[in-house]
Amino acid sequence: MLTFLIRRVAYTIPIMLGVSLVCFALVHISPGDPLVSILPPDASVELQQQLMAIYGFDRSYPEQFIRWLGRAVQGDLGNSIATGRPVTAEVLNAVGNTLILAVTATIIGFTFGGLFGFVAGYFRDSWIDKLASTISVVGVSIPHYWLGMVLVIIFSVQLGWLPATGAGPRGSSEWAFDWEHLQYLILPAVTMSVIPMGIVARTVRALVADILQQEYVTGLRAKGLLDRGVLAHVIKNAAPTALAVMGLQLGYLLGGSILIETVFSWPGTGFLLGQAIFQRDLPLLQGTILVLAMFFVILNLLVDVAQSALDPRLQRS
Amino acid sequence: MRTRFWATTAAATMAAVLASGSAWAESVLTIGMTAADIPRTSGQPDQGFEGNRFTGIPMYDALTHWDLSSETEASVVIPGLATEWSVNPDDTTKWTFKLREGVTFHDGSPFNAEAVVWNVEKVLDDEAPHFAPDQVGATASRMPTLRSARAIDELTVELTTSQPDAFLPLNMTMLFMASPTHWQSLYDAVDAGVTDPTERAAAAWTAFAANPSGTGPFKGETLVPRERFEMVRNENYWDPARTPTIDRVVLVPLPDANARTAALLSGQVDWIEAPAPDVIPRIESQGNVIYANPQPHVWPWQLSFVEDSPWLDKRVRHAANLCVNREELRVLLGGYMGVPQGTVNEGHPWWGNPSFEIKYDPDAARALMEEAGFGPDNPLSVTVQTSASGSGQMQPVTMNEYVQQNLAECHFDVNLDVIEWNTLFNNWRAGAKSEGARDADAINVSFATMDPFFAMVRFVSTETFPPVSNNWGFFGNDEFDALIAEARTSFDDADRDAALARLHARVVEEAPFVWIANDVGPRAMSPRVGNVVQPKSWFIDIAPMTLDDDT
Repeated sequence: MLTFLIRRVAYTIPIMLGVSLVCFALVHISPGDPLVSILPPDASVELQQQLMAIYGFDRSYPEQFIRWLGRAVQGDLGNSIATGRPVTAEVLNAVGNTLILAVTATIIGFTFGGLFGFVAGYFRDSWIDKLASTISVVGVSIPHYWLGMVLVIIFSVQLGWLPATGAGPRGSSEWAFDWEHLQYLILPAVTMSVIPMGIVARTVRALVADILQQEYVTGLRAKGLLDRGVLAHVIKNAAPTALAVMGLQLGYLLGGSILIETVFSWPGTGFLLGQAIFQRDLPLLQGTILVLAMFFVILNLLVDVAQSALDPRLQRS
Repeated sequence: MRTRFWATTAAATMAAVLASGSAWAESVLTIGMTAADIPRTSGQPDQGFEGNRFTGIPMYDALTHWDLSSETEASVVIPGLATEWSVNPDDTTKWTFKLREGVTFHDGSPFNAEAVVWNVEKVLDDEAPHFAPDQVGATASRMPTLRSARAIDELTVELTTSQPDAFLPLNMTMLFMASPTHWQSLYDAVDAGVTDPTERAAAAWTAFAANPSGTGPFKGETLVPRERFEMVRNENYWDPARTPTIDRVVLVPLPDANARTAALLSGQVDWIEAPAPDVIPRIESQGNVIYANPQPHVWPWQLSFVEDSPWLDKRVRHAANLCVNREELRVLLGGYMGVPQGTVNEGHPWWGNPSFEIKYDPDAARALMEEAGFGPDNPLSVTVQTSASGSGQMQPVTMNEYVQQNLAECHFDVNLDVIEWNTLFNNWRAGAKSEGARDADAINVSFATMDPFFAMVRFVSTETFPPVSNNWGFFGNDEFDALIAEARTSFDDADRDAALARLHARVVEEAPFVWIANDVGPRAMSPRVGNVVQPKSWFIDIAPMTLDDDT
């Protein structure tokens, strides 16, 4: 297990380097002026050149990349061009907000998705299966920003039960797990949860249905194992694949949903990415993508480790 | 006995404190901005004029101010931190500004001539230790001729321009005065491990943004990036008429129109900028008030004058201007649009009563087009480049499609080339001859008209042909250059305005634009907010507003 772990961690180094390079290249070859957020519409050519030199955009791409990477490995992702604030702090703050949202959405989504999927798979072709399948299809297909707006109209505007926007009450900049803060989380988390819920439900349904048709299940039943015992085997065999799907979904959610975070003005990574793209804020864009990629790689690593722990055959493969 | 006495005293004291606490409730005004982030708080805001509106004007003062006290009169320049100013008659590149006495920054340090010099250096002198490159963009083009400042005495400062420029007092409304003393204390407090002076200065400015100090009616207090900025009232503000009664103002970035509307309707905010027109009736049905007034803003088609352009024929330019039914377009926009009479409107000191009247007269338009050789069977094909969205662009696709239908009735066949906003903005600078223009005959980019350079000069001077500035269509000739020079060198305010009026009249008569709409800057406010004056300006003064918690 230790060798597997070391090998798996070692793999992440070239991956991160590759991600850094691709991210740097994509950001720099995309059209648009990197100083658009601070240059006035009427900026003279001299002013443009002066600011390009101040921000280092007049240097060659390899030199820019090496300087950026050198600082990035020390945890310094530079300063946002638009705001002047350190990118590392900006990104970590956004990641923290998105993490709260994504984990909550994931828990809701996995709980209900897993439940719907399992029930649908176990009672295949029954009315329960049809109902659960319908819910999961709706979860995958529904435009999430639209659902968010509908929830806001019902629960914020009409009923006045929950706040419509923002990530927390006025006067507190830190997250706390009290009602004052949690009420801001409910609508965006529920909206976001329909994404993993639908996908997990469909995956688990297929897995459970498939496992139930395996010969060893027939064998277990023939041996007289009770339903409860069969159920335990099904869960154990479905878990590694379900876990992988869940890990990927959490990774996607950590990237944040630009639309959902915009609808709810939730200051997470999706919102940050949207702003960085809109303002052509290259240091912010690079930094956000890099940190998100890092999270994704780490998450995959954790999923691999968890899968291997559940199914040792994977270590050998 | 003694214990009982102290217990009673403590209980009474506690009761008194609680009673006083419940009697004094802080009045808080919460504003939902269209900006996606808090506009920069360190003195020269970003996010366009919304930045000036919410983190510039409330916290800072400039040498000159816009008068924001009238809903009916054009907003004009009045004294701010300078009480008077004059140009040196022997050298008209030198201006003397007399400063207001007894003004202090929020940190308690005095405002004086040295502070003005320091603030000019922060954006114009890249050798200065406090040079702030991220603030240059919001400054340099708004005062393009300003070069340096020199303190004459404690309350007198001399500003130097690169050429004689009568527009300088208007430009100075955009240079907000930050506290040098406060900045220096933050600079000194930067971690000693940061030795590079540029990095130390950047760190000091970042700290300054979180803990700003100006001379304005509100003091910055709490900054949570991308979430919230809070300002509290400055009880010692120098102008009693603008000393706030509202205790606290909270700015919340809400870039999505639906999120802003929901926030207002659910009572999370008291004021939202730019509500979507179709939800205004719903907003009003809750008792909220919509404020709107034509802004110094133009939503036009800027025409091409390059070789073979169909707009080289003035009859065609006039025909297009006469064929747009602006009143009906206003209805289409829910009433939230101003009808332009030029780049500025009648009543403005620069209007000048042009001989060509911008109005809806399709018969006259058709007659002009037929005279120019076009008709129902051979309409004039023109292409207009526009965007799907963008700052100040109002509703570009809807509006352009409406104008397209209008002009079809006057023998025009209009093609729309809709591109991404930032690309359009870059193309605006690149000009009609650039590859990005894709042979468009006109470009649709809205613009502010507060100062003469931004309103007119950059569009009609031969010195502002692309890529120097925004004269996209290469319009200009000796006559316009002479009119501009005359305005720039008319140093008496009345003379300058008269010269600008002559320039404006000729601009309208020659029609290098199709003037289509003025934005009216609609904003929705809770009925709690009182004493609101929405001037004919991009700006609005929060300081005199009141909050009624009984409403």
